[in-house]
Amino acid sequence: MANIISDETIEYVGILAKLELSDEEKEQAKKDMGSMLDYIDKLNELDTTGVEPMSHVFPVNNVFREDVVTNGDDRDNILANAPEEKDGAFVVPKTFD
Amino acid sequence: MSKEYEMVIGLEVHVELATKTKIFCGCSTAFGGAPNTHTCPVCTGMPGSLPVLNKQVVEYATAVGLATNCTINQNCKFDRKNYFYPDNPQNYQISQLYYPICVNGGVEIETADGGKKTIGIHEIHMEEDAGKLVHDEWGDSSLVDFNRSGVPLIEIVSEPDMRSADEVIAYLEKLRQTIQYLGASDCKLNEGSMRADVNLSIREKGQTEFGTRTETKNLNSFKAIQRAIENEKNRQIDLIEAGEKVVQETRRWDDNKEYSYPMRSKEDAQDYRYFPEPDLVPILISDEWIEDIKSRQPEFREEKMVRYAEEFDLPEYDIDIITANKKLADIFEATVAICGNPKKVSNWLMVETMFLIKDRGMDVEDISFSPENLAKLIELTQSKAINGKVAKEVFARIFDEDIDPEAYVKENGLMAVNDEGELKAVIEKVIAANPKSVEDINAGKLKAMGFLVGQTMKEMKGKADPGSVNAILKELLGLE
Repeated sequence: MANIISDETIEYVGILAKLELSDEEKEQAKKDMGSMLDYIDKLNELDTTGVEPMSHVFPVNNVFREDVVTNGDDRDNILANAPEEKDGAFVVPKTFD
Repeated sequence: MSKEYEMVIGLEVHVELATKTKIFCGCSTAFGGAPNTHTCPVCTGMPGSLPVLNKQVVEYATAVGLATNCTINQNCKFDRKNYFYPDNPQNYQISQLYYPICVNGGVEIETADGGKKTIGIHEIHMEEDAGKLVHDEWGDSSLVDFNRSGVPLIEIVSEPDMRSADEVIAYLEKLRQTIQYLGASDCKLNEGSMRADVNLSIREKGQTEFGTRTETKNLNSFKAIQRAIENEKNRQIDLIEAGEKVVQETRRWDDNKEYSYPMRSKEDAQDYRYFPEPDLVPILISDEWIEDIKSRQPEFREEKMVRYAEEFDLPEYDIDIITANKKLADIFEATVAICGNPKKVSNWLMVETMFLIKDRGMDVEDISFSPENLAKLIELTQSKAINGKVAKEVFARIFDEDIDPEAYVKENGLMAVNDEGELKAVIEKVIAANPKSVEDINAGKLKAMGFLVGQTMKEMKGKADPGSVNAILKELLGLE
């Protein structure tokens, strides 16, 4: 494997993704990430000089909606997915912004 | 000797666009609905839901870009900004990093010394707003309302070109004016449809390098912005003078305490891991589309000012006030179209309207009376059907409830008494009841005239025309 993921990197990625990994899981994740990066590295073998970067593989542009209200009040259905609700709102741990 | 410092300020201004629906779904953007009644799977981040871009958002953003002398990125895209926060249901915000819709613009402001200065605009990008967190006072939790989640925003990023709080205010006023003229947003700071984050650093005068900057958030009024800037400037100067370092951080302004404090640094530095948004296709803005948007741009303030001077022959002072706000200019034009008399219309708007706005703690944007009723009121005063004092009272009712002044005056018996015989009778009575005043007037103390006019108005319950009362009084006292 050409790409070696360090302990610091896996720790950092874990924090960003809000994942708590056991030592075993960390080792496995390091291996997985390394092989993913190896796979991506393959692309670097291609000469892409003069090729415009793209974000989409389909030749489709300008897919729009008109500015017309199409959705009504569907609160009950939306809140059916909430682990906890109160006064028509989703309940989350106390958060200050 | 103390050193001289200068501030370097750049702004990030978020503006909520005036679309009827959200940026990526057909939910209403109406303000003030019950929590989560304007939500759907898209704006609550349900797995499997897909965004579809609201065309009007692209139109508004382009219009603002053109009005602020930006170059339009004719090939633009959305990107994903990844972060966790309870008001952000997808755990990412759809925004623009690599190809923002507008770049390299600028607006001209007037500086305190009357000069002109251009404030550069680095870019304008489109993005979605987050939901709202309400803190549950009774429990150990917060409540999330996603009605605002997905409301379209543009973020206008300035260059670090401002050097004082006054320049910041002038720049914001200019942006607000331009955007209101376009109808792209109502730009209310107190309701959050316009929000400014202030990036500020301090350096010794003459230096060319920037100092370490901080970003101050939660500024809900021009006053708060002014205070926060002064406060942050002094805080940074104190640190530098004490030989300490300014820390690059985001601070939250508390306008009640007039103090800012660092916001809890989100775990680790900001690492948003932006990547191109795979759920949305690129946007191509053709030359024709740009021309079409250009052709629909309204008459802006500068053009209006020239036209008002020519067409309405108004003093510069009036033009300055009336055109400062599109809403006011619209009411002015609509009223003049009905009753002519531009100067009279201007007076009602500049004096009484402004007074009532202040008195009622409102914003010019909140004006809700119809031009028809103001025009009727002006006609009533022109024909002397009501006097000035009554007109002011009636106007307050028009301002508050948009009443029909003709009907109101009739119902409440406020018509001015222009019947000379009736007036004369009352004045004769007043003269007879106040011999002392008459004596004073005959002795040359003309001040007593005012008292007699006042007494007459009182008798007439304010419905006489003071000019006529004065004239008849003089006649009866043989002063003419």
